[in-house]
Amino acid sequence: MEIPKSFLGYKRENGRVGTRNHVIILPVDDISNACAEAVSNNIKGTIALPHSYGRLQFGADLELHFRTMIGTAKNPNVAAAIIIGIEPKWTKRIVDEVAKTGKPVEGFSIEGAGDIETIMKASKKAQEFSIWASEKQREECPISDLWISVKCGESDTTSGLASNPTVGNLMDKLEPLGVHLCFGETSELTGAESVCAKRGKTKEAQDKFMKTWSDYNDFILKEATDDLSESQPTAGNIAGGLTTIEEKAFGNFQKIGSRQFVDVLTPAEEPSKGPGLYFMDTSSAAAECVTLQAAGGFNIHLFPTGQGNIIGNPIEPVIKLTANPLTAVKMKEHIDVDVSKILSREMNLDQAGDELIKATMRVANGRFTCAEALGHKEFVMTKLYRSA
Amino acid sequence: MASTDIIIHDKKDNVGVVVIEKVAPNQTCNCWIMEGDGSATVEAKNEVALGHKVALADLNVGDTIIKYGHDIGKVVKAIKKGEHVHVHNVKTKKW
Repeated sequence: MEIPKSFLGYKRENGRVGTRNHVIILPVDDISNACAEAVSNNIKGTIALPHSYGRLQFGADLELHFRTMIGTAKNPNVAAAIIIGIEPKWTKRIVDEVAKTGKPVEGFSIEGAGDIETIMKASKKAQEFSIWASEKQREECPISDLWISVKCGESDTTSGLASNPTVGNLMDKLEPLGVHLCFGETSELTGAESVCAKRGKTKEAQDKFMKTWSDYNDFILKEATDDLSESQPTAGNIAGGLTTIEEKAFGNFQKIGSRQFVDVLTPAEEPSKGPGLYFMDTSSAAAECVTLQAAGGFNIHLFPTGQGNIIGNPIEPVIKLTANPLTAVKMKEHIDVDVSKILSREMNLDQAGDELIKATMRVANGRFTCAEALGHKEFVMTKLYRSA
Repeated sequence: MASTDIIIHDKKDNVGVVVIEKVAPNQTCNCWIMEGDGSATVEAKNEVALGHKVALADLNVGDTIIKYGHDIGKVVKAIKKGEHVHVHNVKTKKW
């Protein structure tokens, strides 16, 4: 198949390209959720991103909170952003960073004004942003403007046999065209960590990966009780035939095909070393991982599943594929691409990779994913430790 | 080409994955070995469901399970060729 050279995207002020055109209402903290949701109820064409954190965090955990907030609003799938926090200082810190992209952004703080006045002021600005964004048109953009993140979930053995290798096939075909790619799930590489480390392009990237994995593994060993029963692998994984974390890890690892990674990113960090594959240090929980990758600037997501994970994200479209023939039928409304024919050998990996590329381009051009049509918009912040 | 009941990733693997709804006891299963596009047969000893693993050799306690050509855990209860391989007879070496 000849791979399309371009797609129709939204060109942003800073040169990045979006596959979506969202106007977001982003609360800085948990107590500002009500305000943000009220504004998005008032103004059509906007979406609120409520979450559970943002108060009394400190140190690396607070930095990650800001990185996720700022990265989410900077994502090119976001046309404009309203930031609402209880206090002006943290709100302004986010607004100032997002403003550097050149996109419309405005902050509001609730303290001293109350919800109702804040909702009124923020709604007026949100209406302005929504009408402005509604006139944006999709334009032809090179395929290299795609930033593709990947993560698998509710995996079973069909993931490692077929759906993850399909993603790997796509990576092998698209990386030479200059796209950015990202995989994560630090803990789910356990058992395959030394094989994965060897895929680092440089000694520096390899060492950084091993340090990142070891730190995560030390944390798990410290917190684990007798074992990680039904957590790694999950009950769903076990029902699907996956027995150990090592088996899950080698299946997981198939997603990067034969690619090498350029660098290791901290959670929600934007890549800065040009096109190619990046590893991001993330949890293996689906919504946490995709939220971090979207905050890193990725504009389209591929999600292979075995037993049928249903996740979506508010700003990054999530394309689901499965090779499990039962899931493809029983959970049809969640599956964008069915590659189960690989198991019966009626389809090979090369053909499956092409099908996934076609689906990816259609979604990049604006086609709704199953998760978007179903209203899945899981926005889940990663928290590193307790607040002060 | 005979229909495939079990897929084996790598020539070195001592387990294969059932890719039909289930295999029945005493069923002679057609195996496709992905590495090198080879084939083999194994007689199933248990009913094994889609996605679950079947032993391709007799395995003793302490033996290593090989899948993808790599170590994916240790045998904790002896397994006969053709039997179901899962959490009841295999454990992680990691956590």
